[in-house]
Amino acid sequence: MIKNQHMQLRVLPFGIARDIIGTSPFTLELEEGARVQDLLDRLKVQFPELKKLRSIAVAVNEAYADGSQAVTGEDEIAIIPPVSGG
Amino acid sequence: MFAILQSNPDPGALTRLVSGPDSGAIDLFIGTVRNQTGGRAVVALEFESYGPMAKKEMAKIAEEAKSRWPVNKIAIHHLEGRALPGDTVVVIAVAAAHRAAAFEACRFAIDQLKERVPIWKKELYEDGEVWVAAHP
Repeated sequence: MIKNQHMQLRVLPFGIARDIIGTSPFTLELEEGARVQDLLDRLKVQFPELKKLRSIAVAVNEAYADGSQAVTGEDEIAIIPPVSGG
Repeated sequence: MFAILQSNPDPGALTRLVSGPDSGAIDLFIGTVRNQTGGRAVVALEFESYGPMAKKEMAKIAEEAKSRWPVNKIAIHHLEGRALPGDTVVVIAVAAAHRAAAFEACRFAIDQLKERVPIWKKELYEDGEVWVAAHP
């Protein structure tokens, strides 16, 4: 049986998400082939306060990504709580 | 044309950025700091941004506006860091041949900025602070 390979993801949390996670950048280990939704699920387990936010989006390489997008260790991943510019 | 600044955006500078002989109308939106929210006194605002992505989203908004209305140029500057009541924190300038398109595109741009540009605002009060709109 082949053991699943893991990858280290570099995650940048912003605003209140950074306050909750506590460090930026933050390193998260996920199985190879993981998608944005897997990353969000893991973060919400590890940091339950994230579940209380009105919304939480993910950007991969400076563009919004949907849950089905695959991520790799080469990507810059940002955690985007509700934006409030202007 | 799209920038996150450490100082207050300057409406005059944005006006000059978008002006040109092909435009007959320039619309400016100037967002400033209000001294209270829901009756609670605001001492200052602290803005944080994901700068590189913020600039890309601003550019996308401008492209979308240009595809919807006949406008010539759009510029968007937003402050990062601390701002006091009365300070200018965002300026959007839209130049078009005619005013109707400039008004509509300017409103679209500020509405979209508030919805999707990765910038976060913390309100600072005498006795605490809150990340705006973070919780339901």
